[in-house]
Amino acid sequence: MMRRTAHLLAALVLAMSSLALQAKEAAPLAADPLTEKRLLAITTELRCLVCQNQTIADSNADLANDFRREIRKLIAEGKSDQEILDFMVARYGDFVRYRPPVKGTTILLWAGPAALLVIGLTTLILYLRRRNSAISDAALSSEEQRQIAALLDPSSHDSQNNKPQ
Amino acid sequence: MNRFLWPLVGFVALVVLLAVGLNLNPRDVPSPLVGKPAANFSLPVLNAERKFGPEDMKGKVWLLNVWASWCVSCRAEHPILVELGKKNIVPVVGLNYKEVRGDGTTDMAKTDPAAEERLARQNAAKWLKQHGDPYTLSVLDLDGRVGIDYGVYGVPETYIIDKAGIIRMKHTGPVTPDILSSRILPLVAELNK
Repeated sequence: MMRRTAHLLAALVLAMSSLALQAKEAAPLAADPLTEKRLLAITTELRCLVCQNQTIADSNADLANDFRREIRKLIAEGKSDQEILDFMVARYGDFVRYRPPVKGTTILLWAGPAALLVIGLTTLILYLRRRNSAISDAALSSEEQRQIAALLDPSSHDSQNNKPQ
Repeated sequence: MNRFLWPLVGFVALVVLLAVGLNLNPRDVPSPLVGKPAANFSLPVLNAERKFGPEDMKGKVWLLNVWASWCVSCRAEHPILVELGKKNIVPVVGLNYKEVRGDGTTDMAKTDPAAEERLARQNAAKWLKQHGDPYTLSVLDLDGRVGIDYGVYGVPETYIIDKAGIIRMKHTGPVTPDILSSRILPLVAELNK
């Protein structure tokens, strides 16, 4: 038993080490950890245009690497975060921002979900109210009254139940 | 009947909305650079020992076509560009984009800048010899830095630049005969007036 476990462990270690060998080397970090922190904050706000639903921070695409290199350079030049975002938007448009600014062309994007919720809730409330009033207003016909009385009458109920099938 | 009318209308509206959404091309991101001056650059010219910049084209309407030998879609549009080049309607400048580091087969850690440029010139020239050269000239954007200034995110891309150096149109993806005849050539003719 012990031997088997040892073999398994050895195999596992081997498998993991070969995986580690296959993994790519990490891109060199800038010497300054503050730069890296800012880079991460900025790239989390930016969309990778190759793999459109990833941020540049998440993406390993070549273009994302180019953007990181460029943003590191801009940070080194002393540009502010806003200036760097503006640099990207000037070249790639609002689409490059993960949180596009609220303006005429993006208003549907920002207000759309809330508007749909309001429309849905209003429709639901109106529908329920109309249904409620429709139910309370309905008067019973004399035939229906008679049927209710028959159903509620315990004697008729029993006699029905006791009837031979 | 009326009971089902509104849900039906809503359903049809939803289908139309989704159908339109499905047929939009998510890669077709509108470029904020249209209407803005083309970014300046000075890059080495392929098959020559000189540099070229957009200023050299002042007073002319021209196309800037982003390409690379590793780019598969460029092969699709290339015959169309070669045809266009033969007609001499509009000068087409090639922006060779990340020729070496873009193809992913060269270990960049072991390639110095001089070697990269040599390899790029070699690969690009070979590819143009093989597929035809529609370009007035091609410039080498080895690290893709100029590409960023032009908002390049997928090769091929094509820009129409007017006499004053303003970008008038950007097309992402291969140029098709349809796009050439319905959008590019009419705009070139208009700008040349």
